[in-house]
Amino acid sequence: MTPLGDYLLVAALVFSIGLAGALTRRNAILVLIGIELMLNAANLNLIAFWRYGSHPHPDPLTGMMFAIFSIAVAAAEAAVGLGLVIFIHRHAKTTDLDQMHRMKG
Amino acid sequence: MYAAISITPQIWSSPLARMLWLIPAGPMAASGAIALFKQPKRKAAATLALGALAFSLLLSLASFGHVVAGWSHGIAVREVVNFTWIQFGAANLELGWVLDPLSAVMLVMVSFVGLLIFIYSTGYMEHDANYTRFFCFMSLFAGAMLGVVIANSILLLFMCWELVGLTSYLLIGFWYQKPPAAAAAKKAFLTTRVGDVFFLLGIVWLFSQTGTLLFYNHGAGSIEVGALAVLLAQPAALGLTAAGAIGLLIFAGAAGKSGQFPLHVWLPDAMEGPTPVSALIHAATMVAAGVYLIARVYPLLQFGALPGGTTVALTVVAWVGAFTAVFAALIAIAQNDIKRILAYSTVSQLGYMMAGLGMGGVAVGIFHLITHAFFKALLFLGAGSVIHGCQEEQDVRRMGGLKSDMPLTFLTYAIGMLALCGFPLLFSGFWSKDGILEAAQHWSVSKVPLYMLIFGALLTAFYMTRQVAYVFFGHWRGGKPAIESPAVMTMPLAIMAFFAMALGLIGTPAWPWFRAFLDGRAAGFSPHAFFEPGLVTLMSASTVVVVLGMILAWRMYGDRSPKPTEPDVLEQSFPVSWGWLRDRLYVDELYGVTVIAFYDWWARVADWLDRRVWARIVDGVTHVFGLWAQLNRFLDNNWVDGSFDKGCEELSTGGGLLARVQTGRVQTYLRILAMAVVVLALMLIWSGRA
Repeated sequence: MTPLGDYLLVAALVFSIGLAGALTRRNAILVLIGIELMLNAANLNLIAFWRYGSHPHPDPLTGMMFAIFSIAVAAAEAAVGLGLVIFIHRHAKTTDLDQMHRMKG
Repeated sequence: MYAAISITPQIWSSPLARMLWLIPAGPMAASGAIALFKQPKRKAAATLALGALAFSLLLSLASFGHVVAGWSHGIAVREVVNFTWIQFGAANLELGWVLDPLSAVMLVMVSFVGLLIFIYSTGYMEHDANYTRFFCFMSLFAGAMLGVVIANSILLLFMCWELVGLTSYLLIGFWYQKPPAAAAAKKAFLTTRVGDVFFLLGIVWLFSQTGTLLFYNHGAGSIEVGALAVLLAQPAALGLTAAGAIGLLIFAGAAGKSGQFPLHVWLPDAMEGPTPVSALIHAATMVAAGVYLIARVYPLLQFGALPGGTTVALTVVAWVGAFTAVFAALIAIAQNDIKRILAYSTVSQLGYMMAGLGMGGVAVGIFHLITHAFFKALLFLGAGSVIHGCQEEQDVRRMGGLKSDMPLTFLTYAIGMLALCGFPLLFSGFWSKDGILEAAQHWSVSKVPLYMLIFGALLTAFYMTRQVAYVFFGHWRGGKPAIESPAVMTMPLAIMAFFAMALGLIGTPAWPWFRAFLDGRAAGFSPHAFFEPGLVTLMSASTVVVVLGMILAWRMYGDRSPKPTEPDVLEQSFPVSWGWLRDRLYVDELYGVTVIAFYDWWARVADWLDRRVWARIVDGVTHVFGLWAQLNRFLDNNWVDGSFDKGCEELSTGGGLLARVQTGRVQTYLRILAMAVVVLALMLIWSGRA
């Protein structure tokens, strides 16, 4: 069986890639993709800890439920985010985030 | 003479008695509703006012029937409904109403006469711009007057009494654009207020001594035997008991409302109001409220009298009444305004009622009140019809010959006039006035009031014949010819004329139904009562006097049609005394140089004090506060404001610095977030190691 550390390592890698994408990309859609990556890294952690944390008798469905819940929230968030991006694009003819600083207080 | 009213307390009150409050409430509610109407809603206003009063009349008739039914079974009905209105400390202010023969009779009279006058008003006021306002006030008056009648609490009575005074003021000044009307309204209000102050003192005294405001409360009321015994034990000044003194204070209030000398001055001036108002308020009902009040508190005045004797308080009432009766009748002779003649006649007749109460008891006075209400309202409405027909002319010298132009008005007016004069047998005034004369005949104190009242009867016959001769006989001396009034005005006249005659039948000596009813005794039919020697003499004497007065006046004024500018027949013979009477015996002028001059002086003193003394003090205080304010402003400007401004500046700078962090670039925020997470993670790791 693959040890827990390997899963955590993969999850950390995915999270870092996502964070780097979200911080460096100018395009709003690519930033959203980065955020999705970070969310999925978290999901991977949830499943891994559920599977290994309570070994040898995993509690039925707790970690799985968390992950499904998180995925559902992520889907909703992606829908809202993309909706916003489309509106911003329509409004400002760009998806460049550096141009979007008019809502500062 | 003083038939003791023995009434067993009734704990139970019939559903009808419990509904009695609806009688005044109906017209009051109608008045409130009409007040919200717009002026052009004339028909709706009149319908509502008439409907509410008709409803009151029906309920009144039912109550009257109930009392009569009880009485014919030998039960003296006196049903009371009491409740506590306000409670403070140990004292309660209690209100309540009472259904007994006295209130039942008055209820029927007020609502019936009121309804007839309302009907008449729809014709008389037809062209007035403020028709809805008129019916609003009239309805309020009717409600308040019915409230006075049913009140079983002297406080409730006083409240309705003041409401009645208010509506009287509003209606006298109904045509307030006429200066005399506005002045007359004020005069009426202030003059009756003089009496009301004494009335209020009486109420307070009565309440402090008996601890209750209710008249009847199953033996615990303020005019029932228990309380009276307490009051009787306390002597006040001048040979009066506390009961008598309180009674006299209340009588002062009654004298104000009922125009008794010396507070009569407002009533003739009150004729500035519309004629239906004069008929309803200043002839039939409100001015009779004083008489009713005395009848209501009669036990206070009467208690302690020996059988056949009298009390000091009742003696005062009798003398004031008799004096007013003659005094006002004398003035009425020399007046030329058709309504003023009737007004002085009203004052005089109210004097008769008071004298009747003082000498003969409740029933004697109230019987004259009821018959007078009908024939005097009839006369006023007839006068209104005449004024209406003569294009608002009120001077009797500019009328004449109207008997052919206004036949119906003439006929009814003649009936009213004969009833007022006390013409024998057929007319109610004869029987009710005869009752008063009979009481005066048997009065133990003095016979003088009897002669005064008989002289008053002579004067009454004289001035009424003079008036009728001027108005209806001779030839027309006015401008445009007179026209008869419409049926809506003459029909109430005819109904009232019927009652001006028929009402006498319930109070003849042979069948004293009314008196027995009010006194709670059985009424028997005894024709031989007519032929008691004293009574026959008295009736013949009063007949002779009346006929004499009428013949005298007819010889002087009948069919002569003097010119308006020509001096009066009597003036030619007695110019000096005529001048005195024409100028109303200078009572107004006397008040002018005494009371009014004193108030004028007092107002000047107050004005001087205001300007010279109080104004200085107020100015001084203002100055001190001004200086204090200056000091405060200096402190504010130099110390308080400076520190506050500094604080604000610091806040504003700090805010500017913090605002710089908010770049609005979402990725900068994310970066800071990520760095913070890294820092947190590192701290966790290190702390875990340590």
